[in-house]
Amino acid sequence: MESLEVKKPGGLVQWLVTNLGRILVSLFIPAITFIVLWRTFIFMRDTSAPQWITAVVAIIWGVGGLAALFLLANWTIERLPVAWRVRMTPFVFVGPALAILAWYLFLPTLRTFYFSLFDKSGQFIGLENYVYAFTSQPMLESFRNNLIWLVVGTGLSVGFGLLIAILADRTHPRFETLIKALIFMPMAISMVGASVIWKFIYEFRPEGAVQIGLLNAIVVALGGKPQAWLILKPWNTLFLVAILIWLQTGYAMVIISAAIKGIQEELLEAARIDGANEVQVFFSIIIPTIRGTLVTVSTTIVIFTLKIFDIVLSMTGGNFGTQVIANEQYTQMFRAFNFGRGAAIAVVLLLAVVPVMWYNLRQFGRQTEAF
Amino acid sequence: MKLKPHRLLAKVLVYGTLLLIAMVWTVPTFGLLVSSFRSADDVSRSGWWTVLQNPAEANLSLDNYRIVLGTAGDDPRLKAKIRAGQENINLLTSVVNSLTVTIPATVIPILIAAFAAYGFAWIRFPGRRPFFIGVVALLVVPLQISLIPILRDYLKLDLNGTFLGVWLAHTGFGLPLAIYLLYNYISSLPRDILESAFMDGASHFTIFMRLVLPLSLPALASFAIFQFLWVWNDLLVALVFLGARPEVEVLTQRLLGMLGTFGTDWHLLTAGAFVSMVLPLVVFFSLQRYFVRGLLAGSVKG
Repeated sequence: MESLEVKKPGGLVQWLVTNLGRILVSLFIPAITFIVLWRTFIFMRDTSAPQWITAVVAIIWGVGGLAALFLLANWTIERLPVAWRVRMTPFVFVGPALAILAWYLFLPTLRTFYFSLFDKSGQFIGLENYVYAFTSQPMLESFRNNLIWLVVGTGLSVGFGLLIAILADRTHPRFETLIKALIFMPMAISMVGASVIWKFIYEFRPEGAVQIGLLNAIVVALGGKPQAWLILKPWNTLFLVAILIWLQTGYAMVIISAAIKGIQEELLEAARIDGANEVQVFFSIIIPTIRGTLVTVSTTIVIFTLKIFDIVLSMTGGNFGTQVIANEQYTQMFRAFNFGRGAAIAVVLLLAVVPVMWYNLRQFGRQTEAF
Repeated sequence: MKLKPHRLLAKVLVYGTLLLIAMVWTVPTFGLLVSSFRSADDVSRSGWWTVLQNPAEANLSLDNYRIVLGTAGDDPRLKAKIRAGQENINLLTSVVNSLTVTIPATVIPILIAAFAAYGFAWIRFPGRRPFFIGVVALLVVPLQISLIPILRDYLKLDLNGTFLGVWLAHTGFGLPLAIYLLYNYISSLPRDILESAFMDGASHFTIFMRLVLPLSLPALASFAIFQFLWVWNDLLVALVFLGARPEVEVLTQRLLGMLGTFGTDWHLLTAGAFVSMVLPLVVFFSLQRYFVRGLLAGSVKG
């Protein structure tokens, strides 16, 4: 067997020049785009043109500029000798993406860890910020609340999604489409928008006044006392989790529904002919067949929920015992301006997703032996 | 066809349960929509559902929208309705800002990711597998990890508070999923088509532009909708990198601000929230098919 990397005379020099060229090509497109756009922005920032004109110019610059640069890079590459062209081409394609990923995601994981070792004034303090991240009162409260978000939020989103998918599968196709679209709709709504919607539902007026919030109106109509739901410890976190469930059930439903429709009809028929009732079919055929899908959906929602931020910030600002990890990080960064603590909390979030990352990589390794 | 009684009962139960769930899911948004058309006094004096009991006396109008969008003009009737502190909500500016952020922050990552996906799928080069494994690993990295280092860089480069900074941030955070989704699609394109183009002497660049991009339109559309909704609805990245200046603030930031300042002016909050929801809802319902396809292809986003 011959190795792919053919050694040529003057191997080391050749190797160095090639790789240097590759790095340059990788940096070329993002760097030039960056500089050109940056200069334009400084120019545009100082103009007094109407806002929409600036916006249109900005959009054209951003998108057109990048496209032009890819063209330019290709034009340059095609002027090189064949051997060099072959060496450089992949890096015109892959380089810009790798450079941006390195700057925005890969290097920050290392740099954030480094920053987490310093205090507010830039003094090296070792792991002290981690003592805060794991033992301080707001963080302990956040861990408890995030656990509630993860368990209740994910559990009920997936549970409702599964229920709706199973039931809708037995209805008329037109009805199924309509119902699914209605339940899917919240996915298009921002978490801030959803917070406005739900804050209005939880609106509280003192006893005796007209209740304009739907929940209190129902409670009062049933003979109960109106409650200020958002400051009602310890239940208020659950009222926030309800918003997440409202947003995410549609996602779970769509994915699970597709998996259910993928189950072979013969399999279900055979079980029914053998005398299995619908409950038995559900537990002994449907659930085992779509187990993989359920795991994927749950994992995705868990990761999403772990970083929950917008809802808490808009609804309670993390007060009244509703703090969560991501909002505590934001508070440390932008209210207390303690970047070291903020960095340590970010590292905690990263550690929490490491098992999922590891699982993804193992799956990927298995699927693509021949990659 | 006649159903046996217990089969009929089961059917009624299935349809009934689904209708009930769908209603619970829809009523919150519906209540918001109805309230956004009611006057300040009506909203604070009675629940929005009273409109349904007595539609004839509902007295609905677009006034709240004209107030929050800042298009009330000199209309004296509207001016009388605007209280102190509510003159400058001007959400129209934020709509333009949201568009300025969202369009490039959707197109730029798609373009860069499509090139990368083609490179990973159809060009052999050293480091191909480790680099792609790196992309897969980054899929679930929480973007919180990047906030502090990138903010420091931005402060040094004077990029903080610019649209360019936000575009690049969204590009960086969206790239792993974009590359992963597009790679899955582009690598499964039929080999013969690409190989025959190669035989005819076409370069990678030509094949990519003429053949792969047009063939990948469904996948590009899937990701475009994904990223559009993500960026339009994003709050955190805008808060951190765009900052709180009214002339650059996007809709989600303004809405958060309104929740703070006009906490009980529900006629304005509901109208504002709906302004921020219109475009994503339209995109979502008109392109739902592509969106679902994208969801099915890549349910691993971090």
